[in-house]
Amino acid sequence: MTAVPLPLQRPARRLFGPVRDVLAVAGRNLNVIRRTPRLLVFSTIQPLVFLVLFRYVFAGVAEKTLPPGIPYVDYLMPGIFVQVTVFGAMNTAIGLAADLQTGLLERFRSLPMSRVAVLAGRTLADLARNVFVVALMTGVGFAVGFRIHNGAGPFLGGLVLVLMFGLAMSWVYAVVGLAVGDPETAQAAGFPILAPLVFASSAFIPVTTMPGWLQAFAAHQPVSYSASAVRALVLGGPAATYIWDSLAWYAAIIIVFAPLGAWLYRRAA
Amino acid sequence: MAGSAIVVDQLTKRFGSVTALDRVGFAVPAGTVFGLLGPNGAGKTTAIRILTTLLRPDGGSATVLGLDVVRDAAAVRHQIGLAGQYAAVDEHLTGRENLRLIGRLAQLRRAEFRARTDQLLTRFGLAEAASRPVRTYSGGMRRRLDVAAALVARPPVLFLDEPTTGLDLLSRNELWAVIRELVADGTTVVLTTQYLEEADRLTDRVAVIDRGRVIADDTAAALKASLGSTVVEFDMADEQAAARAAVALAGRRGPRPERESSHVRLTSNDSSAVLIDSLHTLEVSQLRPVAVQVRPPSLDDVFLLLTGHHAEDAQAGADGPERRGAA
Repeated sequence: MTAVPLPLQRPARRLFGPVRDVLAVAGRNLNVIRRTPRLLVFSTIQPLVFLVLFRYVFAGVAEKTLPPGIPYVDYLMPGIFVQVTVFGAMNTAIGLAADLQTGLLERFRSLPMSRVAVLAGRTLADLARNVFVVALMTGVGFAVGFRIHNGAGPFLGGLVLVLMFGLAMSWVYAVVGLAVGDPETAQAAGFPILAPLVFASSAFIPVTTMPGWLQAFAAHQPVSYSASAVRALVLGGPAATYIWDSLAWYAAIIIVFAPLGAWLYRRAA
Repeated sequence: MAGSAIVVDQLTKRFGSVTALDRVGFAVPAGTVFGLLGPNGAGKTTAIRILTTLLRPDGGSATVLGLDVVRDAAAVRHQIGLAGQYAAVDEHLTGRENLRLIGRLAQLRRAEFRARTDQLLTRFGLAEAASRPVRTYSGGMRRRLDVAAALVARPPVLFLDEPTTGLDLLSRNELWAVIRELVADGTTVVLTTQYLEEADRLTDRVAVIDRGRVIADDTAAALKASLGSTVVEFDMADEQAAARAAVALAGRRGPRPERESSHVRLTSNDSSAVLIDSLHTLEVSQLRPVAVQVRPPSLDDVFLLLTGHHAEDAQAGADGPERRGAA
């Protein structure tokens, strides 16, 4: 049995084809976020509740552990920024798992499109979503007394840093979403990864208040580095080491999880 | 005969200890409709997923327009359209947005996919609903949109996995018409179905698949002809009555009766003669059927003829030989 050659459909080799694919997928995901405002509203209410509760509940206790002259809200806000972007990244897992479940991923995989565009477009859309949430938190933060000590430039630099962290974490969650394959499980599986990272860190409370064994973990994980970097940028003080350590973490996360995600995507059932 | 658009040879796929495809082979001439006919779990979807580059085979080979589905997977994707078993469309986007997204990702130019989208929406009766989110669509509308999505890039080879499942009669006839038009334009279509009737109406040739193996490769008409065009089935009160009825009916001329538990089945090309004649025979023998059915032959009848067993769902296959296959 030999196949007689038939006229093949000649695809136009397009410049920036993969970039177009990423943007098309990101555009679709942003469209979906726009169409489901309820989801956006309720997923932003959660970090708002955290912010307001922590701000007023922990302030009395926490301020005793802080250097004099630093109000708790100014210590807290950098941690809150890190927290919301890490929480926001979990949407990557939920969205991808949903696409896997509905068969949409399978359709994408049968198309002559870039093999990383579906994941990259998803993480990009979740980054855009995080920009919105971070902007919102900034506004609410100022309303509950947060003040920057070191000028707007370093502050904005700090926000860019946490958004980069969110993007890196999106790749972790892309792997989770593809591995579990349904949105409910993705949500349930995402939380145990996220909670120890966010709470056993310097995001809300100085690490020095924790037991020694926990400090060893809490002081050397990316949430703490990121929170410390933003804090240094907001409050003043040496920030460079924290920034470089954070960037090294983000690079390491992407180097491990992006290829893993791409591999899972290619063989997704 | 034109060249083969698809050549499948010794294709094998295992999932753990289950052999989903066992040295499957067939060839699809260009510009024809080829059917994969079999019950749930027979391996039809696995074959489609390998041909559409979604799954890698464990053995054998498959080519689409001369391109190997493993080695030349990226090139194959430029030649194919796929509508899977479930409507793979985005709930939150509108029908139009869904098709445009697929067109964009299929690397069409903007003007091209826009025009194509509108054309397909009209063709599939979705023009009025085009600006509504898909979540408001009925099952049939989603299914039509899904098939339309597979056609956006005008692929020369189209794969449809149970395309009419969940469609009402009208939508189904409409889809059949679209498929015929596509073939008239030179498209090669591979579809899976559980219905002999659909295979007969639509396909030029079918491969009957049973537990991962091709057990027949023929025209649906020939399969039907080998069965006789009509099945007359008597449901008797119990097995003894059925056994006596089978003996009585075997004594007369005409088709050979087949008995299975309390049913006796006659397959023929002249159902009215068989019906009159066999009822007369039963009356003379004082055997009164509980129920009589006259129906076109089903997938199940094909399986009985070819394999001697029912068309079993894979799940029931191991332990359900008595189960009457849904056909």
